[in-house]
Amino acid sequence: MPIAHLDPLASSIFSFMAIASLLLAFVMLGSRWLNNYLYAFAAESWVIAGLSAAVGFYGGFPELYLIAILTALFRGLFLPYLIWRIIRRLRVKREIHEILQPSSALVAGALSVVFSLAVAYHIGQSLGLAGTVAVLALTVMLSMKLIGFLMLAVRHEALSQILGLLVLENGIFLGAQILVPGMPVLIEIMILFDLLIVVACFGVLVRYLVAHVGSTSSLDLNRLVG
Amino acid sequence: MVGTLLIAMMIAPAVAAGACFVWRAPSAVERFNLIASIAVFVTAIPLAMLSASGPYHYWGDYIIVDMPGAWVILCTAVVYLLASIYAVGYMRLLNEEQDRLWSFYALFAGFALTVLFSAIMNSAGIYWIAIELTTLVSTFLVGFERAAESIEASWKYIIVVSAGISLALLGTVLFYWSGSFVLGPVFDMTWDTLRQAAPRMNPALVTLAYLLVLVGYGTKVGLAPMHSWLPDAHSESPAPVSAMLSGALLNGAMLGIVRYLAICDASGAGQIARTTLVALGVVSLVVGALFIVRQDGIKRLMAYSSIEHMGVIALGFGFGGPFGVAGALYHMLNHSLGKSLMFFGAGNIMRTFRTKEIGKIHGVGMRYPVQGSLWLAGAVAITGAPPFGLFLSELIILRAGIERAYHWAVYAMVVLLIVIFIGFLNHFREIYFGAQPEAGIRPRQVSRWCVTPMWLALVPLLLFGLWWPQDMWNHFAIIARVLASPPS
Repeated sequence: MPIAHLDPLASSIFSFMAIASLLLAFVMLGSRWLNNYLYAFAAESWVIAGLSAAVGFYGGFPELYLIAILTALFRGLFLPYLIWRIIRRLRVKREIHEILQPSSALVAGALSVVFSLAVAYHIGQSLGLAGTVAVLALTVMLSMKLIGFLMLAVRHEALSQILGLLVLENGIFLGAQILVPGMPVLIEIMILFDLLIVVACFGVLVRYLVAHVGSTSSLDLNRLVG
Repeated sequence: MVGTLLIAMMIAPAVAAGACFVWRAPSAVERFNLIASIAVFVTAIPLAMLSASGPYHYWGDYIIVDMPGAWVILCTAVVYLLASIYAVGYMRLLNEEQDRLWSFYALFAGFALTVLFSAIMNSAGIYWIAIELTTLVSTFLVGFERAAESIEASWKYIIVVSAGISLALLGTVLFYWSGSFVLGPVFDMTWDTLRQAAPRMNPALVTLAYLLVLVGYGTKVGLAPMHSWLPDAHSESPAPVSAMLSGALLNGAMLGIVRYLAICDASGAGQIARTTLVALGVVSLVVGALFIVRQDGIKRLMAYSSIEHMGVIALGFGFGGPFGVAGALYHMLNHSLGKSLMFFGAGNIMRTFRTKEIGKIHGVGMRYPVQGSLWLAGAVAITGAPPFGLFLSELIILRAGIERAYHWAVYAMVVLLIVIFIGFLNHFREIYFGAQPEAGIRPRQVSRWCVTPMWLALVPLLLFGLWWPQDMWNHFAIIARVLASPPS
C-alpha cells in the first residue's frame, strides 16, 4: 500500500478511526471509574479491529481480515471480560487517590499529543510523507503511548495500571496497522496471544496482591525502597 | 550437528518443566531440573564452539545460531547449571514451600528455556515476544515466597518491565517501517535483512526507533535510570532465581541491544547510538556506586552491583571495536559466574542469620570459614580486583574506551569503579571480620549443595583472571568482526 498515494476516502477513514481511538484514550484518561475505563478500552479495541479490516480492504492485505477478527475477539471481548472478572472480585470501583485530577490529566494528555505531533511531523518531513495519513498514524501511536504512560504514572489502582499498559499496546497496534500493514501475520498473532497471557498473569498477581499485601493500590506498595 | 544440539538443548528444560507437572514429589522435581541444566550446559559448550563456522539458520529463517547468540546461551547455561545445583540445597531450607516445590522447578526450567529461546530468535518481532515471555515466567518466580515484599516486587517487576518493553515493541515496529521503504511492505524482519537494508534507511527514523528499542530493552537489562524494578526483584526472589535474573536474563536482553546497535552502525546512525549507550552505561555506574555505598540490604547490594556491571557491559559494547566487544563478552561470562557466587553466598547467609540487613550480619569469617571465605573472594572478584576475570575484562573495556576516544566515559568509569570497590568491600569488612554478636548460639549449617556451586563459580573466575585462552580471544575477535561489518 503506497502510503503517499492513498485513495482520499481510505485516507479519511483511516484518519477517522485513528482519531476516534485517540479520543477514547482521552475518555480513559478523564474518567475515574474503573468500569468506564474498561468500556472505553473495549470500544477502542473494536475501532482498531475496524481499522485493520479497512486497511486490509484498501491496501489489499487479505490476511488483515483475520487480524481484524482476532483483534475484535481478543481485545474487544475476551480481554475486557477477563478484566471485568478482576474488577468484580475487587472491592475497588474507582480511583480514590489521584495524583492528578482528571481535568489536569486531560491537559497533560493534550500536551503529549502536541509533542507527538511535533516528532511525527519532523519524521514525516524527513521521509517526504508530510501531510499524509502516516504522520497522523505516527502522532496517534506516540500520543497513545504517552497517554498510557501518563495513566501508569498518575493512577494507583492495580487495574488502572493494567489498562494503562493495554493502552500502550493498543497505540502500537493501531500505528502498526497503518504504517506496516505487511508485518508478518505470525508476529501479530503471537503478540495478540502474548497480550492474553499478560492479562491472565496480571489477574493472578492481583489476586496475590489482595491476599498477601491486602491492597491493590500502588500507594501501599512501599516496603521496598533504597 | 548444530541442529541436533539445539533441539537437545531446548527439549531438556521443556521436558523437565513438563515432568514437574506430572511427578510432583520434591525429590523428583529437583532431579528433573538438575538433569535438564546439565544437559543444557553440555550442549551449550559445543554449540558456542561450532557457532564460529555459522551462522546456522533453521525453521524457515526464524531461528539463528550465531556467535553472539551462542555466547549468551553459554553464559545462561553456566548460570542455569550453578543455580540448579544451588537450588536443591536452598529450596530444601524453605520448609513451608515444599508442597509447591514442583511449581518452582517447573517455572525455573521454563525461565531458563525462555532465556535460551530469546538468544536464537532471528526475527526482531519474535525476539520481543521471547523477552516478554521471560518476564511473565520470572514474575512468578520472583513472587514465589508469597511474602508481601515478594508480591510487591513481582508486581513492580511486571508493570515496570512490561511498560518499558512496550517501547521496544514500538521501536521494532518503526524499524520495520523504515525497512519497508527499502524492501517493500512485506518482508521477514530478520537481523540480517534489517542490517542489509540499513544503509538505505532514513537516519532520523532509525535513530528514533533505536532510542525506543534501547530504552525498552534497557529497562530489561536494568540500565539506569530504567533500573527501578531490578533491586526489588533481585532482592525478594529466592537466591537461585536472583542468580538467574542477574546472570542470565540481563545478558539475554543485552543481546537485543547489541543486535540493534549493529543495525544502527550499518545505517550510519551508529555514532549517536553508541554515545547514548555509553551515556546509559555511565549513568548505571553512577547509580550503582551511590546505592552500593549506602546500602542496608545484602541482596540489594548484589542487585545494585548487577546494575553496575550491566553498565560496564553497556560501555564495552558502546565503545565497540575488537577490544570493546571482546571485553564486554568476556565480562558477561565473568559477571555471570561472579554474581551467581555472590547471590549464593547471600542466600546462605540470609538463611543462617535469618536477616537481610547488612548491619546484623557480622563475623561470617569466624562462623563459616569455608563458605565465608569463598564469599569474600567473590566480593573481591565482583568489584573487579585482580587476579579474577572481571579485572581483566574491565581493563580491556577501559582500553577500548581510550582507543575509541571516549575519554570522559573512561575517566568516569575508573573513578566510579574505585568508589564501588571501596563501598562494596567496606560492607564486607563488617560482614566478614565484624565481632560475632551472640557467640553462644550454635550456627546453622547449610548443606553441601549450597557450597559446591560457590566453588564451581570461583575456580573458573580465578582461572579466567590468570589465563585468557587464545582460542577464546580469537572467538571474540570474530564476533567483533561479525558485529562490525554487515553480512554479504
